Amino acid sequence: MTMRGRAMGRWLPPALLLAGLIGIWQVAASTGVLADVLNLEDFLVPSPAEIGESLWQSRSLLAENAWVTLKEMLFGLGCALVVGLGFAVALHLSELLRRAFYPLIVASQTVPIIVVAPILVVWFGYGIWPKLAIVALICFFPLALNTLDGLGSVDPEATKMMRTLDASRRQIFWRVEAPTALPFAFSGAKIAVAFAAIAAVFGEWAGSDSGLGHLMLQDNAQLETARLFAAVVVLSAMAIALVGLVALAERRVVTWR
Amino acid sequence: MRQDTNMPTAEARDFAAGAASPAPGAATDTSIAIRGLGHSYGDLQTIERLDLAVPARAVLGLVGPSGCGKSTLLELIAGLQEPGQGELVVGGASSSQGRLERCAYMPQRDLLLPWLSAIDNAALALRNRGIGRRQARQEAGELFERFGLGGFERATPAELSGGMRQRVAFLRTLIAGKPVLALDEPFASLDAITRAEMQGWLAGALETQPRTVVLVTHDVEEALYLSDRVAVLSSRPARVVEELNAPAPRSAARDGTVTTPDFVTVREQAMRALRAGTK
Repeated sequence: MTMRGRAMGRWLPPALLLAGLIGIWQVAASTGVLADVLNLEDFLVPSPAEIGESLWQSRSLLAENAWVTLKEMLFGLGCALVVGLGFAVALHLSELLRRAFYPLIVASQTVPIIVVAPILVVWFGYGIWPKLAIVALICFFPLALNTLDGLGSVDPEATKMMRTLDASRRQIFWRVEAPTALPFAFSGAKIAVAFAAIAAVFGEWAGSDSGLGHLMLQDNAQLETARLFAAVVVLSAMAIALVGLVALAERRVVTWR
Repeated sequence: MRQDTNMPTAEARDFAAGAASPAPGAATDTSIAIRGLGHSYGDLQTIERLDLAVPARAVLGLVGPSGCGKSTLLELIAGLQEPGQGELVVGGASSSQGRLERCAYMPQRDLLLPWLSAIDNAALALRNRGIGRRQARQEAGELFERFGLGGFERATPAELSGGMRQRVAFLRTLIAGKPVLALDEPFASLDAITRAEMQGWLAGALETQPRTVVLVTHDVEEALYLSDRVAVLSSRPARVVEELNAPAPRSAARDGTVTTPDFVTVREQAMRALRAGTK
């Protein structure tokens, strides 16, 4: 099979499935069957066509709010990346730091960080800062823990080999440990990016005056169901695109897998 | 960049490039002397009162039952571990740092770094010494040609066959320019045909680039073919059961050597010693 043929083979089945589901939804919603089954008013169950129409009509409103949410996601992710990787390297290089921090970091994963969002709003106000903090807090863990695991997964034999080849500690880090940890860091980054969308919306729900999460709350209160769905579509598209970008970067950088 | 090796870089490179004699200033005495060596992990005594001597530029084969501490002995010689008791002198150095500087260690698996090309893997020691990438590649490239790897410089380790990977790993060890090589079952992972081929290749490589070599293997035939002398070790705690002189000096024509009556006799002798030392 040609390259294009293989790509078709991979993408075609899920694309057809998605199209089929949307088609069924369209029929069920436009004939009123779905609303009957759910025992709801018709206008509460928009069809995909209505959602599409809302997407188009509210495009500037959606874009404006999507840009706010995207900024929260990207800055939060940036902070998480810098702090998470820094933490992983520091904990990897220092036995003492690792022993002190590692159990706490693992234990803190069980804390539902999202519930601190209202506190952050009280502290930092309605602007971008509490959202940035919540995104960074949520994304920090997958990045830091995955990278730390990656750095620790280096074959001890490879380290011995490097030592007899006159490598300094620094050279062992850059030539062996860092490349070993890279695929782990990318896995962490993909999880973090997927979490970032959820975290940003939660941050906005806790208190905000703009953003897709803010728009969703408004649409919910005003029973603008079609636009509510449209906002969900935009948010999902952003998250998928970001995960895709990270996956693409991984394929460009980690060429040996 | 680290500048604490006792061999200046330029001289080390001459050595790696096959200079006829060791560079002046390099340790001229590259012999290994082991006296009353003992080592233990916690309560587990792995090596006990071990005596061995390897003259400069000789090859010593070490055979013994699995888990007898051969690999530990090799790591001790290479300076990767500190012995519990006894004396261990490699090229005049007895500290682990000194041994590390004089000895290159080739682990059982090739451990080529998958993110580096074949030539960058082979040139690792040069890069670690602070030599620029271009110059390191050029120096390693000359040996690639000479050791039958020409054309595969830019290949990734995944693209190489098992025998070629092992050759690159050996070149990496050789290019480090150390007077002593510690080889831990270098061909154990290869199939029989490739292994025989690689044994002939190593014999040829040591012919052009003589070093003091300690070769750990579980294959008696391999040890006798490649070594000047073979020490048979007992099960743990390891001690020397018997030392045997190899019947014929290694030559590139492996098949002619290993079937001579002399070779077969010594091989049987070694097998008897191995059985006697295995509990």
